[in-house]
Amino acid sequence: MKKNKIEVKDLDLFYGDFHALKDVKVGIEEKVITSIIGPSGCGKSTLLRVLNRMNDLVEGIKITGSVKIDGQDVYSPNCDLVALRKQVGMVFQRPNPFPLSIYDNVIYGPRVHGEKDRDRLNALAEESLRSVLLFDELKDHLRDSALTLSLEQQQRLCIARLLAVCPEVILLDEPCSALDPYSTLKIEELLQTLKRDYTILIVTHNMQQAARASDFTFYMLLGEMIEYGETKQVFTSPQDPRTEEYITGRFG
Amino acid sequence: MKRAFEYFIEKLILLSGIASIIFVILIFIFLLREGLSLFAATNPLEFLFGRNWYPISDPPQFGILPLILGSLLVTLGAIIIAVPLGIAAAVYVAEIAPLWLRDILKSGIELLAAIPSIVLGFIGIATLAPMLKAVFHLPSGLTALAGSIMLAFMAMPTIVSIIEDSIVSVPKSYKEGSLALGATHWQTIYKVILPAASSGILAAIMLGIGRVVGETMAVLMITGNAAVLPTSFLQPVRTLTATIAAEMGEAVAGSSHYYALFAIGIVLFVISFVINLLADMFLHRKVK
Ligand SMILES: Nc1ncnc2c1ncn2[C@@H]1O[C@H](COP(=O)(O)OP(=O)(O)OP(=O)(O)O)[C@@H](O)[C@H]1O
Ligand SMILES: [Mg+2]
Repeated sequence: MKKNKIEVKDLDLFYGDFHALKDVKVGIEEKVITSIIGPSGCGKSTLLRVLNRMNDLVEGIKITGSVKIDGQDVYSPNCDLVALRKQVGMVFQRPNPFPLSIYDNVIYGPRVHGEKDRDRLNALAEESLRSVLLFDELKDHLRDSALTLSLEQQQRLCIARLLAVCPEVILLDEPCSALDPYSTLKIEELLQTLKRDYTILIVTHNMQQAARASDFTFYMLLGEMIEYGETKQVFTSPQDPRTEEYITGRFG
Repeated sequence: MKRAFEYFIEKLILLSGIASIIFVILIFIFLLREGLSLFAATNPLEFLFGRNWYPISDPPQFGILPLILGSLLVTLGAIIIAVPLGIAAAVYVAEIAPLWLRDILKSGIELLAAIPSIVLGFIGIATLAPMLKAVFHLPSGLTALAGSIMLAFMAMPTIVSIIEDSIVSVPKSYKEGSLALGATHWQTIYKVILPAASSGILAAIMLGIGRVVGETMAVLMITGNAAVLPTSFLQPVRTLTATIAAEMGEAVAGSSHYYALFAIGIVLFVISFVINLLADMFLHRKVK
């Protein structure tokens, strides 16, 4: 039994009066891929954004309960937000490379965190681009604008940009929804290799993707956790009839 | 009946459109004709680069270099003051100020734009000039610096609102991406948001320059109005626009002085045209 990397307990979240997450409770092991599934608006993105506190920007938000990563409470007053976001990185639904060069995109994080050494930055850039299998393709174009890349390459670049700050947890919010099926498979393959070093949470609307790419599956409905377990088990013999309805496509 | 009415309206609108174009062309032709008449007697190079503007001595000298430099100096000073302040104000309004304050600030900035320039000039003479005089121990506070400061205030509303617009239109995903990597709000602003808004910022600067170069009455009042080659900001200068405004009344129609003022008009026209062109280019430049 591996130890839990992320431990969420009694989590309630309100957007103003709207109760978006209800008593969510989940423990996530280290170095596995967990997929979060559920119909639109059930709170998947909200849950993901709780983990790196991207929700802090929302006005009128209220969060209670405990969210621990490596035993540290993310919402305790002495949590260092910068350190947290280095530790817990996020990839968004639409690839969002900055309008800078490919190179500047990759080393954006390290630079922001004070790394000035050229050689170190170059090494980080190369290593990160290699991890997402972009380096050989792009090594002669590092000075080109990142916006000239294809969407798949942009999404890989966004992952590389994340790896460059050496996170431990990677959150992906529907990372393939802007990509074609082939690119989607390539990104999934990439996630499988990244799993060796990172704890990965992926929100997806694609049931096949959840089934083939994740170790654990988390099914949500209207802000509540309905089912959580090993993906194989959730997809073959779900405990809750609502889960079955959803994954067989009769709902959502 | 209704048909005929619509037809009539349509033609009327068409006519007004054509009329405005014709007026522009006529003005331009008039300006060229009157202005170019000067060069029958005066060498264009002597006009542009002559160091003396003595329009009513005998023989008159029409060198507008002091005026061009006067305009340049005042404009440069105004831009140096207005751009950093404008960027800072726009960043504050767009990114930092809480919602309720944002609306107040935006209306405040619009209000600043609504103050007639002559009123600003008047306030400048009454308050700014004596202050500069005391601070720098000058014989008179009416200097290029006074003009620059006042013009900076006039250009600020344009600059702030255009930069603010371009900051607001930077995709939110850039900001989120940067924050999610652990960058602070401030790092996000200067490393991602401002570069992404750079074409809007350049356009704002250009339009600000346009506003400053074209401003007349307030500058006439506050720059001290001396057509000499400027050497410092603490010296009275005179701009191209102020020269036309100050001398048009006394120049005899058809005299070379009169033509010289129109030639200055052509110079101003060319400057404004180029500035607007540049601003347009920056505004419509696609992010590569
Ligand atoms: N900033 C916000 N303010 C108010 N309500 C919000 C806010 N963000 C999300 N919500 C609401 O919270 C609920 C959950 O939103 P969330 O984005 O987490 O859903 P989701 O499961 O990610 O949906 P999707 O599959 O469409 O991305 C929705 O009903 C949504 O309307
Ligand atoms: Mg979502």
